[in-house]
Amino acid sequence: MSTNKDMNLILKIWRQKDQKSSGKMVDYKVNGISPDSSFLEMMDVLNEGLISKGEEPVEFDHDCREGICGMCSLYINGEAHGPDRAVTTCQLHMRKFKDGETVTIEPWRAKAFPVLKDLKVDRSSFDRIQQAGGFISVNTSGNTQDANATPISKYNADKAMDAATCIGCGACVATCKNASAMLFVGAKVTQYSLLPQGQVERKERVLNMVKQMDLEGFGNCTNTGACEVECPKGISLENIAIMNREYLKASITKED
Amino acid sequence: MSVLDAKIPEGPIKEKWTNHKNNINVVNPANKRLIDVIVVGTGLAGGSAAASLAEMGYSVKAFAYQDSPRRAHSIAAQGGINAAKNYQNDGDSIYRLFYDTVKGGDYRSREANVYRLAEVSGNIIDQCVAQGVPFAREYGGLLDNRSFGGVLVSRTFYAKGQTGQQLLLGAYSAMNRQIGKGKIQMFSRHEMLDVVKVDGKARGIIARDLVTGKIERHSAHAVVIASGGYGNVFFLSTNAMGSNVTAAWKIHKKGAYFANPCYTQIHPTCIPRSGDHQSKLTLMSESLRNDGRIWVPNNLDDVKAIREGKLTPTAIPEESRDYYLERRYPAFGNLVPRDVASRAAKERCDAGFGVNGTGEAVYLDFKSAIQRYGKEKALVTGNHNPTDTEVLEYGEEVIKAKYGNLFQMYEKIVDQNPYKTPMMIYPAVHYTMGGIWVDYNLMTSIPGCYAAGEANFSEHGANRLGASALMQGLADGYFVLPYTIGDYLADEIRTGPIPTDTPEFDAAEKEVSDTLNKLINIKGTKSVDHFHKRLGKVMWNNVGMARNESGLKEAIKTIREIREEFWKDVRVPGTTQGLNTELEKAGRVADFLELGELFALDALDRNESCGGHFREESVELDGEQKGEAKRDDKNYKYVAAWEWTGDAGKSKLHKEKLEFNDIELKQRSYK
Repeated sequence: MSTNKDMNLILKIWRQKDQKSSGKMVDYKVNGISPDSSFLEMMDVLNEGLISKGEEPVEFDHDCREGICGMCSLYINGEAHGPDRAVTTCQLHMRKFKDGETVTIEPWRAKAFPVLKDLKVDRSSFDRIQQAGGFISVNTSGNTQDANATPISKYNADKAMDAATCIGCGACVATCKNASAMLFVGAKVTQYSLLPQGQVERKERVLNMVKQMDLEGFGNCTNTGACEVECPKGISLENIAIMNREYLKASITKED
Repeated sequence: MSVLDAKIPEGPIKEKWTNHKNNINVVNPANKRLIDVIVVGTGLAGGSAAASLAEMGYSVKAFAYQDSPRRAHSIAAQGGINAAKNYQNDGDSIYRLFYDTVKGGDYRSREANVYRLAEVSGNIIDQCVAQGVPFAREYGGLLDNRSFGGVLVSRTFYAKGQTGQQLLLGAYSAMNRQIGKGKIQMFSRHEMLDVVKVDGKARGIIARDLVTGKIERHSAHAVVIASGGYGNVFFLSTNAMGSNVTAAWKIHKKGAYFANPCYTQIHPTCIPRSGDHQSKLTLMSESLRNDGRIWVPNNLDDVKAIREGKLTPTAIPEESRDYYLERRYPAFGNLVPRDVASRAAKERCDAGFGVNGTGEAVYLDFKSAIQRYGKEKALVTGNHNPTDTEVLEYGEEVIKAKYGNLFQMYEKIVDQNPYKTPMMIYPAVHYTMGGIWVDYNLMTSIPGCYAAGEANFSEHGANRLGASALMQGLADGYFVLPYTIGDYLADEIRTGPIPTDTPEFDAAEKEVSDTLNKLINIKGTKSVDHFHKRLGKVMWNNVGMARNESGLKEAIKTIREIREEFWKDVRVPGTTQGLNTELEKAGRVADFLELGELFALDALDRNESCGGHFREESVELDGEQKGEAKRDDKNYKYVAAWEWTGDAGKSKLHKEKLEFNDIELKQRSYK
């Protein structure tokens, strides 16, 4: 545990009243921040101060504060989820910053993620991509076959799990110069393509999800790999390659 | 007829559920389209219920306060999900899972409900695999299992340390399929603020669009509350920041009884708090107790030296360590149930053996496991004479494969490497066994209003076993509620669409708007968090791991004072229009301030120790069990179901007597 003394910081934060208004960067000071506190706890201190001064607190998304719900989404000093690696904003700790530092905080920037207020954005485009095909069509019945009836190689199960760990935060989109969602979509396509249960709808799934992704206004992938670097869950760029292969195969061989 | 009729079907326990399913009414497929069901909450219970109901043909409206159903807090469950599959051939069975759950719950749950839960547990795993949930597998391609506390078999299925996430994404994908078909209308960033009753039946809800601030009316033939637990009444808990009691509390105030509010699970393995800045506590999965050994130094000089930074835990020799769980409970050791492990940690820390600055931490040590796995892996890889360094490397590899994400999470938060030095852990509020009272059909005491998952009270008694929350959430949503709700809805096929321009909806909407306006217009001096933190402190100190009469009475008095002050002096900035997180929080804390009082009142009424509820007045005074919790079956073998009367402190107690026909009541012994 760090024994460093408390820190004072200058914050430059994007403030925007609502979706229709234009926004601007506003400067704030926060003092007495413990290096052991998380970035969002620092934001809590800022907001407590604003409330006591009669000002409106800064709106930002967050919920589980343990790096799994995917709700938190701050662009800190030009990096999605800030300077640390393999963490979400809520897992970022203030010991990664220096006393007196100026910290710039922006929302995710992408056409498909419109700002709702301050640092909160609308990521429902991700939901719509999943609704287009991110599932296996099996009803609840109690009569599906026994879970062990179809063995799945540990290698494929583990690879599917690696892809499935995506938390849908959108850091990949926010960090991509093209605002591409291909890491997100690729992860889901890969998960199901590796599992026997995903085979029947394999072609339709990738075609439908990619179509919806394009409709939402996400950009294309130009292989810079920034998404992989900023992904808090370490989703590999390989998933994009797999999705591209799946898409090509499906386009050529689809039945109808 | 008593209002507390649990409607448990007749017949032997093994046949109750099957017979009940055969005998209840069903709705014909053409009529299901004409019936609307509202589901509040999209975690494992709500998400699976919404998806299953829509698959069956009902028109579903689902509500979540988060921006997507995938973010519900079920996602944070780490360790696993239980099912009586007996894949390990270790003697597991439906009966054994039933028995373990009733015993683990300290004989305060309903036998018939628990048996049904055990019965459908296997189906859950089948269903999830069919959905593409990537559970952990062995090299042969079959599903792997691990052990959890309070049981002697290996029945826990898992997906790394992210089982809740994978199961929720499974339910979310099933929901997405139905949303895409228009069978589920999804309302994200919406919060339910009241239930609407017409002629005594639940007929809809009032919800607030959290982006625009608009108050909306939604009608339905039935309302399902699956809004999770209320651990955030303690301010600090492992729950998500937004987790709240509001939906459950609103139906309580409209006639749904609240059962056993004091049954709270304090989870033994959480990262200890480090200071006043802390906003939440982080869980370290119970699965770690499979391989981690819990200890504190056995002399106070070492404790002092550690706290002063003059001694490191790795330098303390074996003989100077007190592996207190192994010492006190040789049969179960580090895998005793959560309530027992938590109290044992508190006991050591209260005695002065806590190993961090706050005095509230014990060690969870993986050194033995690293050594054991390292030697095993060396042999497997053909290295028959490994050096100590090699053993360490091999062992750390194995531990990393099992718990890598948890170790990483720990390191990010605490800034220490748990592969090299023991983790520090301390108990934290994690789960609430209490909740809305429901009958066997999961219907609350409001006709047409159901409660599922953590929001209801029914399966875990006074203590929940590890990996059983996911099981219960999915059992309720996939396999119980979709059947039982048909029994009620069969009478609704002639009702037709329910209008929202009625006096009942007018009145409910006005009440909601008035409350929001009142909160905004107090314009006091203190923030919502200020009051929430004060409430949390009272709850933790007086209504936490150990409770006594005078402390509880004091808590009731203090909570009332805080509540009064809140309504005079809270400051909620902004307006009721548009996005306003502080206003959302204010509404939730207002409800916690009422629930907190009922919680303490329930703990005061129950003058026995059972499961997670420990009354200092009720302990074993002598014999082998000296100092352990003492249950009082003669006087307290009941479910305490509280009726709202207009003031939390004057709530009316109804008792549902618990019958145990298939399990003999015994003192829980893990020694």
